[in-house]
Amino acid sequence: MTGLAASTSTPTVRRRRAVSDRRAFAGWWFLTPFLIVFLISFVAPILYAVYLSVFRSQLIGGNAFVGLENYARALQDPQFWSGVGRVSLLLVLQVPLLLIIALAAALALDSGKLRGMAFFRISIFLPYAVPAVVATLIWGFMYGTNFGLVGNLNDIFSTSLPNPLAPSNVLGAIANILIWGNVGYNMLIFYAALRVIPTELYEAAAIDGAGQFRIITAIKLPAIRGALVIAAIFSIIGSFQLFNEPQILQPMAPNAIPTYFSPNLYSYNLAFSGGQQNYSATVAIIMGVATMVVAYAVQLRGMRKGN
Amino acid sequence: MAVVTSTARRRRSRARQTAGAKRSWGLTLGTGIVLIYSVLPLIWLIVNATKTQQDLRSSFGLWFAQDFALFDNIARALTYDDSVFIRWFLNTLLYVVAGAGGATLISTIGGYGLAKFDFAGKKAIFAVIIGAVAVPGTALAVPTFLLFSSVQLTNNPLSVIIPSLVAPFGLYLMWVYSTDAIPVDLLDAARIDGAGEFKIFRRIGLPLLGPGIVTVLLFTTVANWNNYFLPLIMIRNPDWYPLTVGINSWNTQASTAGGEAIFDLVITGSLLMIIPIIVIFLYLQRYWQSGLAAGGVKQ
Repeated sequence: MTGLAASTSTPTVRRRRAVSDRRAFAGWWFLTPFLIVFLISFVAPILYAVYLSVFRSQLIGGNAFVGLENYARALQDPQFWSGVGRVSLLLVLQVPLLLIIALAAALALDSGKLRGMAFFRISIFLPYAVPAVVATLIWGFMYGTNFGLVGNLNDIFSTSLPNPLAPSNVLGAIANILIWGNVGYNMLIFYAALRVIPTELYEAAAIDGAGQFRIITAIKLPAIRGALVIAAIFSIIGSFQLFNEPQILQPMAPNAIPTYFSPNLYSYNLAFSGGQQNYSATVAIIMGVATMVVAYAVQLRGMRKGN
Repeated sequence: MAVVTSTARRRRSRARQTAGAKRSWGLTLGTGIVLIYSVLPLIWLIVNATKTQQDLRSSFGLWFAQDFALFDNIARALTYDDSVFIRWFLNTLLYVVAGAGGATLISTIGGYGLAKFDFAGKKAIFAVIIGAVAVPGTALAVPTFLLFSSVQLTNNPLSVIIPSLVAPFGLYLMWVYSTDAIPVDLLDAARIDGAGEFKIFRRIGLPLLGPGIVTVLLFTTVANWNNYFLPLIMIRNPDWYPLTVGINSWNTQASTAGGEAIFDLVITGSLLMIIPIIVIFLYLQRYWQSGLAAGGVKQ
């Protein structure tokens, strides 16, 4: 990013701008297709959602302007808050575990001490290629009572393992699906960042008598902090925006997953089965803003630690 | 940038050869647990795609049943309900080709424009794009549906394709990549020769952007192939479902009144659906791994 800022403000570029307005115009032309689709399916939906969120549709008299009433309603809505609580808990369960497993696997790959490196790398990455829908179906079947592995194990060993799709366990079951699908991708991001650390640093550290653990904490982890922060942000967004997994698991665990399981699922059900589009838009906006705020805070904090 | 990475990599691989003598069984075992966790559900999927619906319930999940029904299952998955699976497959292809192809094209042109021209308002655009990367796609989906339905654009392939064309991260990657990969002198030489800007882009810029384009194309392809939420919302007519929504509709069919349970087809269909994307990943491994490396370093 710094390189980019530098290249846009070099003197040559500035001189060139003075020479030709035509070329500045050409720059806008190249951006036009992006700007058009961006306006249609990014800016316009956000503006429309804001517009919807300050109205209430009524059976008689059409839409009525209600100001921030929908927002006030959301803030007092126990179903909305239970969803927020659930995704927050999911975040606490899922994100650290995901990042630790991915980091451990990346460090193991980078150590060069594994047998069958390429096989490990590609096998652990494979789940990322599996669509969330298919991942949820597979795990849902494996969890389930119909042809589930948990049932199999109970039959074979006469144990009574807990049912993953029971109301108290379903969040953990979903956390597992998210971790399974994302370990490989995060591992590769970390691995790629580890690979560009100059080996001279390791050699110098070894001469100074640093062991493997010290090299990891003093060189490797600081060097890939940027990648760690980005991975954390994307995982947080993933938790807050939870939708696919509970929506697909719902028929398999109807008692454990209410329509307001996550704020996003709530927003969807409000719009599609409840006919409450104005309130649905309000919930979507609140969660979008909350996600951005949290992601931004993590980014600031993660980056500041470096100084 | 590419040069730096490749020398660093060469240096690293030399260092690795010397370290390779001390391969650790303990570490291999530990990572092996992560590996088993990663592939076990895929093995479960393959094993169970070979079973009849009855054996699914009665046999152990991680081993084969007596009847080997894989080919029968595949044939039934492909022909069930007037071969709707094939229809969904073609829809998915349409969404991927138009969505990922279009998004990549738009990102490439825009990224080149941002990297190679200087114009007022560029800083503002940078801020907007970085902000847009942080807005989760799912947060936009319901508002986009509401907007599209107010202009009667839902239940139409365009309602899935148009939102897929926006790829802020792709634009950002192509911007960074164009800055590095295309020498300004080359463009100036062409300008002196009197070539138009678009012609310069096509003849000089585009060929130099190959690896960046492949990376963006791969990731937009995966995103579109796996897309579920957007088509679920936008499309009512099953004839326009992509595979993701279609397969899940087979799964929910069992719990609807009078619906036939076809879990064997759900499992076989899931297997059929992930095979193409896994083949693409394995085949293009070299490209996406270097693309990820470039992205990771830039971050």
